[in-house]
Amino acid sequence: MHTRRKFIKISSLGIGVTAFAGGMAKWAIGSTSPTNISTGSQSLAFGKKVATYCEVCFWKCAGWAYVTPNNQIQKIIGNADDPQCNGRLCPRGTGGVGMFSDPDRLKTPLMRVTKNGEQTYREASWDEALDFIAKKMKEIAEKHGPESMALFNHGSSGKHFTQLLNAFGSNNVTAPSFAQCRGPRDTGFELTFGESVSSPEVTDIRDTRCMVLIGSHIGENMHNGQVQEMSEAIDKGAVIITVDPRLSTAASKSKYWLPIKPSTDLALLLSWIHVLIYDDIYNKEYVVKYAEGFNELKEHVKDFTPEWAYGITTIKPEQIRQTAREMANAAPAVIIHPGRHTTWYGDDVQRSRAIAILNALLGSWGNRGGIFLKEGIKIPEFPHPAYPNPAWSWQDTLNGRYPLAKESITNTIIEASIPEEGKEHQIKGWIVSGTNLIVAIPLKEQLLKAMQSLELLVVVDTMPMEITGYADVVLPECTYLERYDDLRATAHREPTLCLRMPAVEPLYETKPAWWISKQIGERLGLGAYYNYTDFKEVIDWQLKQVGLTLAEMERIGTKKFARKTPVYIDPNSDYQFKTTSGKIHFYSKELEEAGFDPMPKYTAHDQPEDGFYRLIYGRAPMHTFSRTANNRNLVVLMPENSVWVNPQVAELWGLKKDQYVWLKNQDGIVSNFSVKVRVTERIRWDSVYIVHGFGHHHKPLTYAFGRGVNDTELISKISVDPIMGGTGMRGNFVTFVKDEPKKEAKS
Amino acid sequence: MRYAMAIDTRKCVGCSDCVIACQTENNVPLGFCRDWVVEVVDGTYPNVSIELRSERCNHCDNSPCVRCCPTGASHFEEGGIVLVEHNKCIGCGACIQACPYDARYSHPEGYVDKCTFCIHRVREGKDPACVSVCPTSCMYFGDLDDPNSKVVNMLKNRKFKSLAPEAGTKPQIFYLV
Repeated sequence: MHTRRKFIKISSLGIGVTAFAGGMAKWAIGSTSPTNISTGSQSLAFGKKVATYCEVCFWKCAGWAYVTPNNQIQKIIGNADDPQCNGRLCPRGTGGVGMFSDPDRLKTPLMRVTKNGEQTYREASWDEALDFIAKKMKEIAEKHGPESMALFNHGSSGKHFTQLLNAFGSNNVTAPSFAQCRGPRDTGFELTFGESVSSPEVTDIRDTRCMVLIGSHIGENMHNGQVQEMSEAIDKGAVIITVDPRLSTAASKSKYWLPIKPSTDLALLLSWIHVLIYDDIYNKEYVVKYAEGFNELKEHVKDFTPEWAYGITTIKPEQIRQTAREMANAAPAVIIHPGRHTTWYGDDVQRSRAIAILNALLGSWGNRGGIFLKEGIKIPEFPHPAYPNPAWSWQDTLNGRYPLAKESITNTIIEASIPEEGKEHQIKGWIVSGTNLIVAIPLKEQLLKAMQSLELLVVVDTMPMEITGYADVVLPECTYLERYDDLRATAHREPTLCLRMPAVEPLYETKPAWWISKQIGERLGLGAYYNYTDFKEVIDWQLKQVGLTLAEMERIGTKKFARKTPVYIDPNSDYQFKTTSGKIHFYSKELEEAGFDPMPKYTAHDQPEDGFYRLIYGRAPMHTFSRTANNRNLVVLMPENSVWVNPQVAELWGLKKDQYVWLKNQDGIVSNFSVKVRVTERIRWDSVYIVHGFGHHHKPLTYAFGRGVNDTELISKISVDPIMGGTGMRGNFVTFVKDEPKKEAKS
Repeated sequence: MRYAMAIDTRKCVGCSDCVIACQTENNVPLGFCRDWVVEVVDGTYPNVSIELRSERCNHCDNSPCVRCCPTGASHFEEGGIVLVEHNKCIGCGACIQACPYDARYSHPEGYVDKCTFCIHRVREGKDPACVSVCPTSCMYFGDLDDPNSKVVNMLKNRKFKSLAPEAGTKPQIFYLV
């Protein structure tokens, strides 16, 4: 049995806490400016601009990194040719420079050692760290089979480690982006239309006449292309309808804000379906031509009247009817937005199905201003030997559950990592790349138990995130501004290719993921899968296959290709949807056969007890999850989160603006740190709201440590979606603790 | 020539990209800013409204900062752009007191600093950094004397306001409402 993993604070080693690196230092904090530009007599001296695409979030906007003559990154500007950003990055993309210049970055490989009975990290050479990882991986393969290695990943680096695992003989690759985020939405749309709305979403927002947002807060979730298009739609006078217990930024731009009672969205959606059908204002021609199961749907929603929904949602019947008419008037140039983070209450696939059905009734899929048909560019894979066939894979960890999960579920991989007598499919080693599982995954106890049981835990990151404290080996990755990665090949309105290349040499001892993967692979005897010395050879080869060269891409950064297929459905064509029957499914036989409701039903969810408030979490435009909470360029805009409290609730509790309180959830869990109270009319009285990604408890994040509260630690109850395994996280309730609670010291 | 800016509060989402773009373009020290975003919430739940707006120096026609500057560091450039010549500034801070918009700050190096309308970019025919980066394209920069400029076009067709008009400074940033 492996020694128990104690959480190690990297800062306690006296490394990783040194000040700014080299010449960057003074400049970044502004104590000297290179030129006196305010007189207007000079312009800033930028050395060169280098093609990149952003890695601060998954939108991956293409841009240019401007490099100063002394090899520092001064600014990052969007690439005007990239349709995902149109030359305008979001605040995180513009502030991406702070990821590069973060003084707390991981700088050298670290290995866990026991010194005088205490576990600690020591600096290691790359050779030493990589040799150790390869040796351990070999041992795991010999004892348990290569399938016992799993990868948790998020972002561009994940691809390189997926390559390693596939070559090694494992398919156990997973990411929180499915079961903790967009999984229910994708499954619901696949069951209805035969395909998902993809990422970036294929919503035709810029030409829409009516957009309905169900808890989706575009403008606060700064998915750049969507925000830009929403702005364009506002300019063109589109009607926006926002369903949210909170007056989100988007809600404030809306003609209709429906401040719904949380957890009742499905009732509202069903009543809209009712109105469209029974008021006879749905898109008949479209439904007859492209959909099946209409009669069953009509019968199913017979009783779901606006009056029925009023009692559940608190939205007035006339408002439900009026908003339904707005949608019908705009159809088919209407979008019932599928949202993105949709793991809320455990019946999320069904809610997404209702959203998909509404879109179908209005005829939005395949029509201008609705949902367009994407087209991408296929980049051939760099030649490599065939990957071995694993004896088992993540599907086997489901044990018959979640029959319609099309992507791997983080939680079942975590479960499979907890040893049990006679367990057939046992995970023994993890590589974690670019995802801070401690803050991303609910049910911390299970996660900790799994991590304690592993024979190998490797964490690759640019920053000393919480998860690094549990690793056997920490590998410091360079930031996206210092490396090559795969080409970004985007399927959207226009097929687009973007290049990421190093703007500067990696700082410290950091290395790119492709190099780390190749080094481990070669040590495992898998060199044949890495038939190149530099990853740019791969990119160059791939570009040649589509008639481009690396030199050309370095010059233009982004290349758009002409479409070969129509962007909307040609009404004269016999368009086939990608479902089993070629038609849109109102009634889902797939769901029925798997033992689920073939059409969505409303179920009541738990409500908070007296004195408790539903914990709603979301995004702020200047932060991405927990990964930007230490970014010095971004924290100046929002250093910590606050808890939004309705003034009536604040009065009841005697809470004052900017007072710090602790939050305690329904299971008695108290937040690690206190959080500032924001008293605001923008939130319902039965809910509180916090922005996700704060409350870091890892001291090496010298800025982010102790600022704000971490919502994930308060999510101790999850409602799992039985259809695809999504972890519903909106069923947690909190109350206020005004005096510092007594508790044991936190590590 | 009269440079001015129109900012559409109906489109601004308050993301503050303008603030970071200004910071990286002009090397503004972290912790200080030449522009910032204001959120005004009005009403009682559920009848609530929000106004979001990006604020900065108003490059006023009747600038108290220029008038009160003892050394002439604060001055007008072409198109009415108000600038501080760092070398002439003694950091006395009179202008900071005089400005009704709180648009100026003391730079750690001892002079007063503020928005320049990115005059170094404007002279190259480009928009200021904040305008050029805004994801919602809610800011328009241009010459009020040019009838074809976007800013004139917006002001002709939309309702607008300026901040603290009662101060009599004749501000040149207009908010479309």
